[in-house]
Amino acid sequence: MDWAVITDNMGYMLGGLGLTFQMTLIALSGGMFLGCFLAMGRLSSKKWVYYPASAYVHFFRSQPLILVIFWLYFLAPVFVGRPLGAFYSTMIAFVFFEASYFSEIIRGGIQSVPKGQVMAAQATGLGFFTIQRYVVLPQALGNMAPALITRAIVIFQDTSLAYVVGLREFLRRVNLVDTREVRSVELYCFAAVVYFVICTLGSLFADHLERKREASKA
Amino acid sequence: MLDYNFEWSILWSQTYGPWLLKGIWTTIHLSLLAWVIGSMLGLMVALARLAPYRVVRFAGGAYVQVFRNIPLLVQMFFWYFAVPALLPREMGRWLNHEVPHLGYYCGVVCLGTYTASRVAEVIRSGFLAVPKGVTMAALATGLSPWNTYRHVTIPYALRISMPLLSNEILSCFKNSALTMTIGVMETTGMAGLIDSFTFHGLETTTAASLVYLAITLCVVAAFARVEKKMRIPGLMERSN
Repeated sequence: MDWAVITDNMGYMLGGLGLTFQMTLIALSGGMFLGCFLAMGRLSSKKWVYYPASAYVHFFRSQPLILVIFWLYFLAPVFVGRPLGAFYSTMIAFVFFEASYFSEIIRGGIQSVPKGQVMAAQATGLGFFTIQRYVVLPQALGNMAPALITRAIVIFQDTSLAYVVGLREFLRRVNLVDTREVRSVELYCFAAVVYFVICTLGSLFADHLERKREASKA
Repeated sequence: MLDYNFEWSILWSQTYGPWLLKGIWTTIHLSLLAWVIGSMLGLMVALARLAPYRVVRFAGGAYVQVFRNIPLLVQMFFWYFAVPALLPREMGRWLNHEVPHLGYYCGVVCLGTYTASRVAEVIRSGFLAVPKGVTMAALATGLSPWNTYRHVTIPYALRISMPLLSNEILSCFKNSALTMTIGVMETTGMAGLIDSFTFHGLETTTAASLVYLAITLCVVAAFARVEKKMRIPGLMERSN
C-alpha cells in the first residue's frame, strides 16, 4: 500500500469534481425543466399530447444511460451539422434521459395535490398556466422534494458514465492517474470514499426532509 | 443537417451481424446470472436488516449503504482492477493472465452484489408491509416462529414486492451495459466496437437501443403474467 499516490495527485483528481458538480447541476436543471413539460403532457387529457409524452418517457426509461450518451454522441452532430464535442453531446444526453425520470417524479407530485384546489382556482377565474404556476407547482414541489434529492444523488453518481466519451470528470481523472501510477487499490478506494461521503450527506439530507414532511403532516 | 451516409445493412452484414447477436446474447446471460446472485444475496441482506440481533442488522444496513452510495462504475473498476491486486501475488497473476474473460466474471459479481443492495431494500419494504395480524394469526394456529417465517411471512412479503422487483430486474439489464467499460462485449460494447471498425456508430447504437426496448417489453409482459398469478387475492391491484 502506498497512499502517497493520492496526496501527490489530490489536486488533479479533486479538480475533476468541479466538472462532476457542473454536470450534475446542468442535468438536474435541464432535466427538471423538460420534465415539467413532459409531466404536464402525461397528465393531459388530450390524446395527441398524452401519447407522445408517454412514449418518450417509457422509451428513455427502458434505456441504459451509458447507451444514450453514446447514441447522442453520434446523433447530435447529424442534427446540428457540425461536431459538438463530448461535453455538449453528453449534457444533451443527460437532459433528455433525466427528463423522463423527473417527469414521473413531478407527475407524482402534481397528482398529490387535491383536485378541489384546482377547481377552486378555476372557479376564481385563473387560467391554466397561472393555476400551474401559483397553485399546483408550489405544493407539488414540497411533496416531491425528497424524491428529487434522491434523484440528484443518482445523477451525481451517473456523471461518472461520461467516462465512456472521455470527459475528464472525477472518475476519469482517477482512472488516468491509475494508468500512469498503477495503484488501483488505493486510487479506487479513494474514489469510492469521495463518492460515498458526498452521497451519504445527500441522502441524510433527503431523510431529514422526509421526516420534516411527515412531522408537519401529523 | 450534416451529410451522413446511413448504411443500415451493416447490422445484418456477414461480419457484423453475428457480432451484434453475440452481444445481445451476452447481455442476456450476464444479466440473468447477476440477477440470480442479486436476488438471493438481496433476500439474505433483507432478512439480515430485519434480524433480531443488532450486529446483524447493522451489517445488513452497512451493506446497503455502501453499495448504493458508490457509483456502479467505480465498483466495476474496483472489482476488475483493484481486487486482483489485493489478492496474494500468485493468485492475482493467475487471475490476470490465465483466466479468460476475467471482465465477464467481474461484471457478473459486481452487478450481482450491486443489484442485491437494491433488491434488499425492495424486499425489506415488502416485509414491513406484511400486516401484523397475518403473522399473529399464523402463530395463533400453532406454527412455530420459524415455520411462520418460512411459510407465511416470506412468501407474503415476496408476493407483495413483485411489482417493484420487476423494476429491479429491468435495472439489472440496463446496468449490464456498464460492463463494457471493463471489456465485456455485450450489446452496448458491441455497438461501440462495430463503430470503431465501420464509423457507423449511429446505426449500431440505434439498433442497441431497440434491443434494450425489446428486452424491457419482454420483461414487462412476462412479469404482468407472473404478477397476476402471484397476486394476493383481496389486495389492491397495481394502479398503473
